[in-house]
Amino acid sequence: MSLADSDRELVVEELGREPTPAEAALFENLWSEHCAYRSSRPLLSAFESEGEEVVIGPGDDAAVVSLPGDDGTYVTIGIESHNHPSYVDPFDGAATGVGGIVRDTLSMGAYPIALADSLYFGEFDREHSKYLFEGVVEGISHYGNCIGVPTVAGSVDFHPDYEGNPLVNVACVGLTSEERLVTAEAQEPGNKLVLVGNATGRDGLGGASFASEDLSEDAETEDRPAVQVGDPYAEKLLIEANERLIEEDLIESARDLGAAGLGGASSELVAKGGLGAEIELERVHQREPNMNALEILLAESQERMCYEVAPENVERVREIAERFDLGCSVIGEVTEGNYVATFDGETVVDVDAEFLGEGAPMNDLESVDVEQPETDLPEVDLEEAFETVVASPNTASKRWVYRQYDHEVGVRTSVGPGDDAALIAVREAEQGLAISSGAAPNWTDTAPYEGARAVALENATNVAAKGATPLAAVDCLNGGNPEKPEVYGGFEGIVDGLADMCATLETPVVGGNVSLYNDSAAGPIPPTPTLALVGAKAGYDAPPLSLAPEADAELLLVGDRGLESGAFDLGGSEYLARFDGTDAFPELPAEPAALVETIAEVADDDATRATHDVSHGGLAVSLAEMVTEEAGLEATLPVSEGEVAGALFHEQPGRVLIQTAEPAAVREAFDGVAPVVSLGSATDDGALALEAEDGTELLETDAGTIDELRSTIEDELA
Amino acid sequence: MTVSIVRFGGSNCDRDAKRALEHLGIDAEIVWHEDGLPADTEGIVLPGGFSYGDYLRAGAMAARAPIMEEVREAASDGVPVLGVCNGAQIGCESGLTPGAFTTNESARFQCEHVHLRVERTDTPWTAAYEEGEVIEVPIAHGEGRYEIADDRLATLEAEDRVLFRYCDEHGEVGPHANPNGSKHDVAGVLGDRDTVAVLMPHPERATLPDVGPTDGQGVLRAFE
Repeated sequence: MSLADSDRELVVEELGREPTPAEAALFENLWSEHCAYRSSRPLLSAFESEGEEVVIGPGDDAAVVSLPGDDGTYVTIGIESHNHPSYVDPFDGAATGVGGIVRDTLSMGAYPIALADSLYFGEFDREHSKYLFEGVVEGISHYGNCIGVPTVAGSVDFHPDYEGNPLVNVACVGLTSEERLVTAEAQEPGNKLVLVGNATGRDGLGGASFASEDLSEDAETEDRPAVQVGDPYAEKLLIEANERLIEEDLIESARDLGAAGLGGASSELVAKGGLGAEIELERVHQREPNMNALEILLAESQERMCYEVAPENVERVREIAERFDLGCSVIGEVTEGNYVATFDGETVVDVDAEFLGEGAPMNDLESVDVEQPETDLPEVDLEEAFETVVASPNTASKRWVYRQYDHEVGVRTSVGPGDDAALIAVREAEQGLAISSGAAPNWTDTAPYEGARAVALENATNVAAKGATPLAAVDCLNGGNPEKPEVYGGFEGIVDGLADMCATLETPVVGGNVSLYNDSAAGPIPPTPTLALVGAKAGYDAPPLSLAPEADAELLLVGDRGLESGAFDLGGSEYLARFDGTDAFPELPAEPAALVETIAEVADDDATRATHDVSHGGLAVSLAEMVTEEAGLEATLPVSEGEVAGALFHEQPGRVLIQTAEPAAVREAFDGVAPVVSLGSATDDGALALEAEDGTELLETDAGTIDELRSTIEDELA
Repeated sequence: MTVSIVRFGGSNCDRDAKRALEHLGIDAEIVWHEDGLPADTEGIVLPGGFSYGDYLRAGAMAARAPIMEEVREAASDGVPVLGVCNGAQIGCESGLTPGAFTTNESARFQCEHVHLRVERTDTPWTAAYEEGEVIEVPIAHGEGRYEIADDRLATLEAEDRVLFRYCDEHGEVGPHANPNGSKHDVAGVLGDRDTVAVLMPHPERATLPDVGPTDGQGVLRAFE
């Protein structure tokens, strides 16, 4: 890939001359889809990114929000995709994805306290999918565990259309405060630019442009040099060095080195401050001999940070870097002029930083709306349907995955992975921070707009089920080749759907990432809007997911529109994915904001014994997950035998199962907000028995059998 | 008592250990390995993490850091020393405790809660427990399988230096309850003195009541 002719013309016009090779390479990378969002930025204005608690919204390394009712404690959230690298080299590609988003957290003056990973692969029974899955999980495990940041939440989905292009979306939550906050906006001409961290080598050259085109069939061998190799030990040293630098107030602004390396980070930093820079490339500490200017400028060597430091503090920064065995070079300074880079006295770059960062023209692409499918339902025996859906890799236990992640380091994890949302103790503000991250490929494949609204509601319901109120979200928007009108139409759908539901829920979308060209010979991926949503609550306690063995407590299903209307839409369900059928996507609740708020309130009530969100796999899977050896369930579905498949397997989000000792109070709380249906009560024998409204026995199973069904992934990969 | 928590490059449970000790009212200070042990050190924790990135072998590089000479001296003077997880690996690599920890039987990292049977109660680390008591403590390691030569294991058992064994919730040991394939289900052992102990599970993660079980408190109370 090289700088497109039309872009080159714009550059020549601006510079009044031909760009140097280094400039051309810099423009090619910084004006790539990956860095400049040329096909997506026109759509992103749909997101509401402001709110009472928003301190820093989109555009910096990570977003910053304050915790409600607390003046000084800030939380950072960022999300990043590392899709193409994870296809070429799953272990290193995923590992460096973690490293990148953690450094985005550091550059806000924050300490990383939690990670969430949403992963998407081709069908689980394909050997290549399993190879990628194992490699990605191992890469995240290796890197995240080593740097001591707990991986507490996330999602894993399998869908045939990720066969040629898996997705790795990584979110990081950090903790900072009003005093510690640092931004990526250069402050003052005359300040020094200091590069701290790993030495620069010839790794990851052209990563940004590699991420901005379709994966070719030989990408696994041909594009390997574009994938970086991570060193989590260096990252851990960088985390601790950064912590010291922030504590001693030595940093004026900071940006981590990611896509387009030093050239990207340093030019973006000064552009944001409306300033320029003079950089002497030969001063960069290097790992390999004879590197040329272009390589030093664009290498994506990992574990490096660029800091703006006042001249009087440079010596102290150097001492701290040395203490942590990190390289440190003063590479230049902030100026009021252009972004200028020299190499051995020769000027290799001399451009306006803002033009470099913001000058890329936007694409105006054609789109075609995606039609919802006709109804074509399969006939399946109920027992077979239950066993297949509960054992499907998409809905089965992800214990094999999260057992490999250290999810407790930091001693903040009150609720870990495997529940609806994770809950992290922010003792600094005496609040619990709930985290949910995920998307639903079947939903957005069926109906991009409705499916994306559902994804937003589903993540909000997850945190509400643990008693937290949504605070803010970041998105990672993944799509195929946007030059295909049907792909761009689907992409538009997920952007608008996510934006609309987040606005309805009054949850500002404070940052995000776009990854397009997730396309290969196997075709485009389903439009995939990963949302990482955080919610806040007082204290760190949350109701469990598992039923309590109390016969007196009642199990209520809240928010099921299908049960209310008697018509079930199975579109986007795991049931239809497994048994080959199509249907419209279900209608969402009428009052989602009030619903989410009420769920959060009821979840925290003293009479609440257990709560569990209902979504992927439908009611069947949620009920199965709540049963344990100690607590069974006798439930009656208020439907006729013919409606059972619809009732058990439709996936309308915004539903929650609540086990409560005071059902009347719960009904009252949801009065006028959402329908409430009593399903039955818990037993102490670990059996799950379902019957229809006329008393017909539908299903009888037990916790042990369910456990076996749900162990699909660990059985295969143990 | 003032406990020095030794931080190497790559340690990542140092802050957690400090928070847990302070929760129990014990003074604790994180000490950067290059700075050496403070003169007022009355107890030592080698915390978990990935010292030196576990490059070479888990704990091998840290075991050879100059501060470990001071730790060995302090240990022989009777200063209580606790190695947890990576700290346990460092303890064995440096000869403070017998045996070695190597790759889990599963060949994967495992983060989960396990049960431990308290094998002795006449040590500072276990005085707070009942004989045979079963406690719930998390593990988080990829190299936690205890390995030792058979004759040395026989000596270890004869000298009653096994402190904790992996077991099920009823206290039964066996392959079903052994998470990593450790020989004789060993989860923690004593050094030459009862005041030196290492274990792979994390007592500091089972101390703070606001985030889960508190069965690990008893181990840390040795520093009271």
